[in-house]
Amino acid sequence: MAGAGGGGCPAGGNDFQWCFSQVKGAIDEDVAEADIISTVEFNYSGDLLATGDKGGRVVIFQREQENKSRPHSRGEYNVYSTFQSHEPEFDYLKSLEIEEKINKIRWLPQQNAAHFLLSTNDKTIKLWKISERDKRAEGYNLKDEDGRLRDPFRITALRVPILKPMDLMVEASPRRIFANAHTYHINSISVNSDHETYLSADDLRINLWHLEITDRSFNIVDIKPANMEELTEVITAAEFHPHQCNVFVYSSSKGTIRLCDMRSSALCDRHSKFFEEPEDPSSRSFFSEIISSISDVKFSHSGRYMMTRDYLSVKVWDLNMESRPVETHQVHEYLRSKLCSLYENDCIFDKFECCWNGSDSAIMTGSYNNFFRMFDRDTRRDVTLEASRESSKPRASLKPRKVCTGGKRKKDEISVDSLDFNKKILHTAWHPADNVIAVAATNNLYIFQDKIN
Amino acid sequence: MLSKGLKRKREEEEEKEPLAVDAWWLDPGHASVAQAPPAVASSSLFDLSVLKLHHSLQQSEPDLRHLVLVVNTLRRIQASMAPAAALPPVPSPPAAPSVADNLLASSDAALSASMASLLEDLSHIEGLSQAPQPLADEGPPGRSIGGAAPSLGALDLLGPATGCLLDDGLEGLFEDIDTSMYDNELWAPASEGLKPGPEDGPGKEEAPELDEAELDYLMDVLVGTQALERPPGPGR
Repeated sequence: MAGAGGGGCPAGGNDFQWCFSQVKGAIDEDVAEADIISTVEFNYSGDLLATGDKGGRVVIFQREQENKSRPHSRGEYNVYSTFQSHEPEFDYLKSLEIEEKINKIRWLPQQNAAHFLLSTNDKTIKLWKISERDKRAEGYNLKDEDGRLRDPFRITALRVPILKPMDLMVEASPRRIFANAHTYHINSISVNSDHETYLSADDLRINLWHLEITDRSFNIVDIKPANMEELTEVITAAEFHPHQCNVFVYSSSKGTIRLCDMRSSALCDRHSKFFEEPEDPSSRSFFSEIISSISDVKFSHSGRYMMTRDYLSVKVWDLNMESRPVETHQVHEYLRSKLCSLYENDCIFDKFECCWNGSDSAIMTGSYNNFFRMFDRDTRRDVTLEASRESSKPRASLKPRKVCTGGKRKKDEISVDSLDFNKKILHTAWHPADNVIAVAATNNLYIFQDKIN
Repeated sequence: MLSKGLKRKREEEEEKEPLAVDAWWLDPGHASVAQAPPAVASSSLFDLSVLKLHHSLQQSEPDLRHLVLVVNTLRRIQASMAPAAALPPVPSPPAAPSVADNLLASSDAALSASMASLLEDLSHIEGLSQAPQPLADEGPPGRSIGGAAPSLGALDLLGPATGCLLDDGLEGLFEDIDTSMYDNELWAPASEGLKPGPEDGPGKEEAPELDEAELDYLMDVLVGTQALERPPGPGR
């Protein structure tokens, strides 16, 4: 076990100091529901950072290149492209409104000048192409400059169109729409390491798609009982192994993880491995199952480990050991005594996500009061940091926060009772190579870097 | 049929009127909480869970994870309450004296109120049940690859429809989170009196006594709709 709940150590969880870099989004106290960020994702190089929001929009930020005249601007992310990915829809057959909220974004590995990403709401997945254009063709033979067709009889001479430079334009265009395959709400999408297929998971099923084919998908997991009365468990997250294209995992609301091998059979209802930690009888309560429900699962970059997030902790599992996690880090153990209230106000159902750093040596996940936590796996140290406008001066160091758990409150500590449960950090992302992190706090996106950067 | 605007409106209402629950038991500083027997706390938790379930079911398409977790919590609470109620020496909650008595009265009032409104809402919704029934759950295209029979396009299309005719397409609480569960005659307004059923009747409106039978009944109603017999649905 590592890390006392809510603790922080003076040097920070990692052996470097985190400092503020940027904050995106309106300062306004009055937050529009549509502006709430619902997912954050770096691409494979880390040069692009995508966010999705409850209004169905995707905003992509691009990292500025080194600039001698403005040395401090290095590493800054600026808006690259914004587009409406999903619109609210209405399913007339089922009389259901389908929200536009972006549940997940996943980048495809870059294969040419253009970038591709998958975005999904509750029901429909879309493949988007984001491409640049800085030249336009002029002098077509069959149409005018404004695009109107010319009367062929009036064309007396042929000319060769020429390319003229123009202001850089970034275009986002929908390339594929994968619809009508999910009866329940999609909670995960994951691109396979074969770069050709991806999976999408909803509450009860996982489907396998080919990126080029939209009218067909293969159901690879189905946990829907024949008799829905017997339903006691739902799928909460799923992900492909980063290197083995036949292996994927999915987590459940009962706190277990199943690893499946697609080579064993087409329908992976039978898992190959089953990861479960026995329940500690001493901490059993009515809420045991709710707090053990897994809200996110992520393979390490190496593929050797996976990390799961439940309500109070984050666990690291070795794929070779199913009986218990190799590490358990308490995220906000001080909430254990508050579970009743958190059940009453539904916070206990919040789905916190988690992420690895580029070298798999540290992990990060969110908490309440705009706090987020980092755990260094080697030194077993942890730190609580806060995403806040108050400390958002350029390159200002982030002060470790500490939550007071009973007893006397020391200076600079915050008591459990004064935590703001409306300010929660559910989505975070870590740059794949550098120490740059993106933290979504309601409608704001914070970007922090280590001092060296 | 539910209009597009309706759900939006509900969401707004939800924000304005949060669950109205007695929160006395949430406050560890409250003197009575420390002293209150566990049964009291679990019965309050039970009420809260019933309210949550009720709230969840009001959504046109509830969050399945939320629903499953709440129902499992209800099952847990029920399991813990049942033996307590069966033990003769321990006074059953309504009979508990003094402070606990008061608290229970209020929590039972909340329970019966919530049940009453639950039933009211449901009977109201039944009026809407002429809305198109969702199709029996339809696997994604290509499902048959994993199963036994190789698929032919046309047969594939027929699949769900025939399934629908054969098994009524009603699979209890979670089935596509549709309104079909409300077709169950148990939910019919009392005035219609389709099937008064001596066991079914009294539990709802009578004395707020939380005995084992009632709990079982509640659980049946809340999670076991499928187990109950059901006449052919309207429009089938």
